[in-house]
Amino acid sequence: MTDLSLLNQVTAFISIEADMLDFEEYNAWLDLWSDTGVYVVPIDPKETDFANTLNYAYDKAEMRRLRVNRLLSGEAVSTQTTDKTVRGLSRFRILEDSDSHVTVRCAMYLSECRHGNLKSYPADVTYKLMKTDNDFRIEEKVIRLQNSDAYLSSIGYIL
Amino acid sequence: MTEMIDVKNITVDYESMVRPDKVHTSLYSDPEIFEEELDKIFNNTWVWVGHESEVPETGSYKTAMIGRHSVIVSRDRKKNIHVLLNRCRHRAATVCEGKRGKTKSFMCPYHGWGYSLDGALRAIPKPEEYEGVFDKSELPLISLRFETYQGLIFATFNDDIQPLEAFLGGAKKWIDLFVKQSGGFPLKVLGDHRFRFPGNWKIQLENTTDAYHFPIVHKSFVSSVDEQTADIFDFLDGEGHVEDLGNGHSVMVMIPELVDLDKNLDDPIPERFQALAEELAAEGHSDAEVRRMVRAVGGSGFNLNLFPNVACSMAFFRVLAPVSVNETEIHHVALGGEGAPAAFNQMRLRLHEHFQGPMGFGTPDDAEAWERVQKGSQAGTGEWILLNRGQNHLTTSPDGNVSGAVCSETGMRAAYQQWKKMMTA
Ligand code: FES
Ligand SMILES: [Fe+2]
Repeated sequence: MTDLSLLNQVTAFISIEADMLDFEEYNAWLDLWSDTGVYVVPIDPKETDFANTLNYAYDKAEMRRLRVNRLLSGEAVSTQTTDKTVRGLSRFRILEDSDSHVTVRCAMYLSECRHGNLKSYPADVTYKLMKTDNDFRIEEKVIRLQNSDAYLSSIGYIL
Repeated sequence: MTEMIDVKNITVDYESMVRPDKVHTSLYSDPEIFEEELDKIFNNTWVWVGHESEVPETGSYKTAMIGRHSVIVSRDRKKNIHVLLNRCRHRAATVCEGKRGKTKSFMCPYHGWGYSLDGALRAIPKPEEYEGVFDKSELPLISLRFETYQGLIFATFNDDIQPLEAFLGGAKKWIDLFVKQSGGFPLKVLGDHRFRFPGNWKIQLENTTDAYHFPIVHKSFVSSVDEQTADIFDFLDGEGHVEDLGNGHSVMVMIPELVDLDKNLDDPIPERFQALAEELAAEGHSDAEVRRMVRAVGGSGFNLNLFPNVACSMAFFRVLAPVSVNETEIHHVALGGEGAPAAFNQMRLRLHEHFQGPMGFGTPDDAEAWERVQKGSQAGTGEWILLNRGQNHLTTSPDGNVSGAVCSETGMRAAYQQWKKMMTA
């Protein structure tokens, strides 16, 4: 039996995270993380040993901060030609629930518009969330793009 | 049809399109030129298809492209490498899909012909109807000529061209230096980033020895590293150079101190690798081993551009595959050491992710610039692409090669002269 109250809580948290990313509130997004949190976009969707394999992104706190700086600095030409992203998340399922953490998997449909070309990046996203008083902090976010094992184009935002 | 081809041969005048100091803009966008490049260049020279570490044991395979040809690099039961055309001898289906893996044989999905790792045709379902028609030994997967140098595997459709080592020529010395970066362990492919950009393949070819763009395009990358590292990447005013190595190859030395990674092992350990050095020392590695790994971990101080499809670029192989006249696929192949400490390979992976690939802090900005080149080159009615930077300040290198400043267009001029030679052959 699904714990609907917990499901509601995590869904609300993840929806806010998605909204922050689509509306480029990147500094607020950084605050959603635990200090030890890891953001990963693997190449092989079946991979689980992220530290010892090549990923598209493997960001601990410092790299997340640098990634956000890069996006906000205006110095990177590729980040200037992507219009706002639009993402929707659904199909939430709680995979694990303990006293300290909850692990949730969901589907993400993200569309980007670069140089007038609309492109979509569907993905399975898994969140490991640390429980805090009445809220969560992200301990791990893994974005498995549907086409990650093929070739991509520039991604000038945060998935 | 024959008449059309004749007309084309008269109208496309490569001699006048590739000048010593500029090339005609149609080289980026004319589909006829593209088709001819596939034939005259990609079907007629040594094309990089992989590194030996990608097929480490019996049954290992990887796929690669030579122009439009899909090929398989495999290792057979006797541990011999083969480069095979990925095309069933029956009615042409590919017999292997995916980037790399392990298999016992290659099985065609259409009618079930089975080929062994060396390409021999082993099994045909219901063979009766072929009785007296052919013998299995007549129809192995088509095998390509290939040769290796320092573990780099190159293949060719042309059985008559010079041996690989003669083709590499002056580039061999630089490949020898490049493979020193695995820190005392055998060089090993750790994975690759793959992406496409809407532009001609030669735009990427040019870029490997284009230091001029670095501080502009990669400003956000430089902002993301510590001051000491930013200083190292501030190489435009440094002592580097670009050298024409012959046969279209060139080398751009950005960081002269990091040309030979076996030297200067006593240099102070850079700030950004201090933690790594401590970790390796704590694991029990000797001071000499630690220094060797730390010095190698960031890669070599140069980009070696090998005509036409691969570069030994600082810390990775850059591989290009032309898709169409205005689309190119790029692979950035991450490298490490076979059996090296996990901390060493992890640092190499993290450095690769920092700059390379579709989410790196460098590659997307390169791709944006190249896309804009392709788009901009459509404007005008026959303009030129300039390659004359540094042409009045040339010197002769100690190896006797034409050499220019680090931000000169010497490497691009070298590549286009080889391009012209092959296109007019
Ligand atoms: S096409 Fe391969 S068996 Fe027929
Ligand atoms: Fe670049």
